Amino acid sequence: MRIEISINGTSHEADVEPRLLLVDFIRNVAELTGTSTGCDTSSCGACTVLLDGASVKSCTVLAVRAEGREVTTIEGLPAYHPLKVAFHNEHALQCGFCTPGMVMASASLLAEEPDPTEAEIRMGLKGNLCRCTGYHNIVKAIRAAAPEMTK
Amino acid sequence: MIPAPFEHVFAGSIAEATTILQEDPEAKIIAGGQSLLPLMKLRFAQPSLLVDLSRVGGLSYIRESESDGGVVIGALTTHHQIASNPVLKERCRILCEAAAAIGDPQVRHMGTIGGAAAHADPAGDIPVVLLALQAELVIAGASVPKRTVAIDDFFQGFFQTALAPDEAVVEIRIPNRDRGSAYVRFTHRALSWPTVAVAVVTIGDEARIALANMGDRPLRAGASERALAEGATVDAAALLADRDTDPPSDEKASGGFRRELARVLTRRALEQALA
Repeated sequence: MRIEISINGTSHEADVEPRLLLVDFIRNVAELTGTSTGCDTSSCGACTVLLDGASVKSCTVLAVRAEGREVTTIEGLPAYHPLKVAFHNEHALQCGFCTPGMVMASASLLAEEPDPTEAEIRMGLKGNLCRCTGYHNIVKAIRAAAPEMTK
Repeated sequence: MIPAPFEHVFAGSIAEATTILQEDPEAKIIAGGQSLLPLMKLRFAQPSLLVDLSRVGGLSYIRESESDGGVVIGALTTHHQIASNPVLKERCRILCEAAAAIGDPQVRHMGTIGGAAAHADPAGDIPVVLLALQAELVIAGASVPKRTVAIDDFFQGFFQTALAPDEAVVEIRIPNRDRGSAYVRFTHRALSWPTVAVAVVTIGDEARIALANMGDRPLRAGASERALAEGATVDAAALLADRDTDPPSDEKASGGFRRELARVLTRRALEQALA
């Protein structure tokens, strides 16, 4: 079926099968490869994107269901977005595979709770796994980004 | 992992959705899709057609019931909306706790209460808490336009419910009761279904105790409930929690360990709910 999805403000149109997953639309149709496919079982959160502003796991959303809605991926955040700057400054990534998902999950978390405690951050990132186990610096980065986001 | 091929249609209304279900017995409703899609990717589920409810308006709401002062919740209300709703936090805290315990924020942004009820996972957080709350489900169908089913009659077996193939859950009704409650779950790791969970809702001196993952469906701990009603202590009543259950043995826990968990968690939940 023919669908049109807006990703980061740009419309992408394609003929797709209903079984196409949103993450595959993003990576293979829109050719935005910042979003990772990790576990592909809705566990690891590497494929996290925003759908109408709320975080979702794009490996567990059908692309057809995103039609007419706004998808935001890591490429949609400005290069010097406070979260990206904070992840850089706090050394909140090692191999970087989980990072796009971590940043998008964090963006959603901060939109809902602009001043989260450390515990709230850890619960808010419950659905994102970092196999380098860099959680400590990821939490520090989000704490550092929070006040910058409200400026 | 890619699901087997299927057709997909956006239903414009519940009436349209149930008519499509009636015409195609292999069709299935998709609400949030957070349980169904993983099953389809593993090819445990291979529906011919997905009837998508995401464009059906008017099914996402939380409001006080005009008739009895209880709470009514639209079937497409997400777990995130339930967990963060101020009315529910005050009136039905246990449902907020259960919704907040599901998966992670991403799953809770998509998953719905109606979908969780209809999916009827015996280990799910929503079914067991609805059972303890003595909820009613409003069901719409092609053959029977509208009916109400008590939660005690809704779960009928392993992922089996009272829903006919042409029916969909449209509303969840929680009766108004002055109550204490507690939801206690034991998990293997942070992101996981409960190995065993116990939901307790007290109504006056009586307690409804419901168990997750202690059988093929969410179960009432009937022996414990009766013992309490007859004046037994919490400790004594909790020791009966696993009676008439049939817990599974799997990689997370043996059936015997689940029985022990049910007894201990029931005691803790009763202590919290009665405090």
